[in-house]
Amino acid sequence: MLIGHFTEQPWQDDNTGLMGNQSLDLGISNELYDPMQGAKLYNRYIDEKIFAEEMGFDGLMLNEHHSTPFCMQGVTNVGASILARVTNKAKIIILGNILPIWDDPLWLAEQLSMIDMISYGRLVSGFVRGGGRESVAHNAPPHYNRERFEEAHDFIIKAWTDPGPFRWEGKHYHYRYVNPWARPLQKPHPQIWIPSTVSVETVEWTARHRYPLVLLATKLGPTKDAFDLYHKTATETGYESGTQNVAYLLKVHVDETEELADEVGRKYLSGVSNPFLSGNEGTVNPAIMSLPGHTSRRSKRLAATAFGPLGRLGTNRRPYEEQVQDYTIISGTPKTVLPKIKHVLEYLRPGSIFFWDGDGAMSHEDSMRSLRLMGEEVIPAVREMGKELDLSSPFEIDPSNNQPFEAKVNEPVVPDKAEAKSPEPASAD
Amino acid sequence: MATASTTGTEEVSEAAGVQMHVVKGGSGSPLVILHDELGHPGWLPFHDALARQHTVHLPMHPGFGVTERVEWIMSMRDIAGWYLEAFDDLGWEHVPVIGYGLGGWLAAEMASMCPQQFSKLVVVSAPGIRPPSGDILDMFLVVFKDYVTKGIFDPENSAGFQSVYGGDPTPEEADARDYAREEASRLTWRPYMHYPNLPPLLHRLKRVPTLIVWGREDPIVPLSAGEAYQAAIPGSRLVVLDRCGHHPHIEHPETFVQHVQEFLNT
Repeated sequence: MLIGHFTEQPWQDDNTGLMGNQSLDLGISNELYDPMQGAKLYNRYIDEKIFAEEMGFDGLMLNEHHSTPFCMQGVTNVGASILARVTNKAKIIILGNILPIWDDPLWLAEQLSMIDMISYGRLVSGFVRGGGRESVAHNAPPHYNRERFEEAHDFIIKAWTDPGPFRWEGKHYHYRYVNPWARPLQKPHPQIWIPSTVSVETVEWTARHRYPLVLLATKLGPTKDAFDLYHKTATETGYESGTQNVAYLLKVHVDETEELADEVGRKYLSGVSNPFLSGNEGTVNPAIMSLPGHTSRRSKRLAATAFGPLGRLGTNRRPYEEQVQDYTIISGTPKTVLPKIKHVLEYLRPGSIFFWDGDGAMSHEDSMRSLRLMGEEVIPAVREMGKELDLSSPFEIDPSNNQPFEAKVNEPVVPDKAEAKSPEPASAD
Repeated sequence: MATASTTGTEEVSEAAGVQMHVVKGGSGSPLVILHDELGHPGWLPFHDALARQHTVHLPMHPGFGVTERVEWIMSMRDIAGWYLEAFDDLGWEHVPVIGYGLGGWLAAEMASMCPQQFSKLVVVSAPGIRPPSGDILDMFLVVFKDYVTKGIFDPENSAGFQSVYGGDPTPEEADARDYAREEASRLTWRPYMHYPNLPPLLHRLKRVPTLIVWGREDPIVPLSAGEAYQAAIPGSRLVVLDRCGHHPHIEHPETFVQHVQEFLNT
């Protein structure tokens, strides 16, 4: 089992009036932005990621959103590049780069190759389609979102695996000379994982490509349905999928006492509004939520019947207590969170899980306390649960061919730190 | 305006490789009207008024909900090129054409490619040129209903607006609006609703008598764009309607028809 850590890296500034205010997504002017506060927060979040690795997390998950305070990672590859150098063994799991907004996916292929090399092969390269917010922010044509996603994906795989130079004359992308002087360290290329908030077409596409599917804090029922659809599609495609093919992100906060866990759990839901954070969703512009052609009619129709509209976005502003009841957020002491995590593992059988923590209005101290307790008590226990339930990650069983890997997930991959980071001057030959 | 006497009939015929839906009504010499980015509105009072002197043809653009989409059309210039063949196939040679909103831009693109196809041209509230002052309102950042309402100078008291867009749409209408929005997005997403090089191309319309009609208070495509059309098309005339937004043909049908008839008859 792979255990990863995630935070949206939210903007926090008590002087803006945005904390706990139900703001309109893409409705906030950046005149409120204080770069000194930005500098502190970026460094804080990097520190927390480094500490997460020290506490035993196998994966450090990063994401990307645009023009919004709920996620400061406008360029996830910058965060990943830094972690590639300052961490040593954790997988750097980008979930993910938003392919349709890239007008030049060759540049993305180069960046990811560099991250894979600098990290000595620790990159997991997730790809997403992005929401309306991202299409608007980077002016990507929403009606070609899926076409651009698929073409950019095919192009990047070819740029990573086929020797150059070659030409690419596609529908949306055109290159006269593809020959990047950077190639990924992992062969044939870094693993590709696909995060989703339950889109039928994405689940099917992902299963057909044998890529691990990561469900992002969706409700348990719809998540199970999506995993079942994945396994069914795999069977139809002609292979047997397993725990290595499915992953789940869930909100987990751990604290020293139940009272503190309850208090910080509420802080989690009182930062800047985040449409993906149940209880503090803020308001959204319905036009941006359904840009023309962004979601196909088939997917909309299927989503309405199969998973319910937007699997996780249930009733807005649901009370904290209710969310605790139905596992939308798990917050407690190690003793109380572990049985809940076990229930999730038994019910969904994911080979990888990510604890989403340190969000909203949580302070650095809140995050660090939780990370420490996770390292000391939660991660070791969850690892045992994984063994007991026979949950294998994509780094234990290769999802592309169902063969076991020889190397273990949580082993350092940097050959020798001193040697790697301070090479001797090149010898004469 | 006289009470409606006709409603038009929908005909389907092969044009440029697709089954083209065209609403047709009235009698007399042909007049083609190209609809806007909202989709085909059906038979409106201003159609009726014009149908007393003309056989009015109201084609439904491919991809806007009824006529099937043409996969390779990805831009306004693509659809203009496609439409010229459709005009050939439908027998519309050297005809007067009215285009409003996106349909006006479409007509201008087509006329710049093939001016001899047009005996006269009426361009109404058309995007296509970047307004020298102000911006074209972004239809994709607001929902359909808001976009239409914002485009009307006085929506509360506009009988035309209330009858066409006032009530709740039927599921079929909602669907058609959705398709129209999607195709409009394909054609105009970026650069949004204009091509920087349209004005110089419009110089070719010097032999096509052209009338430009605009609402003085158009909040969607500012009047400055209408003035730019007038400046770009040699010999063209600009008529500006007061207390009028983006939809002169709906907001002030009598005045609109009067200007158009006068232009077509001279």
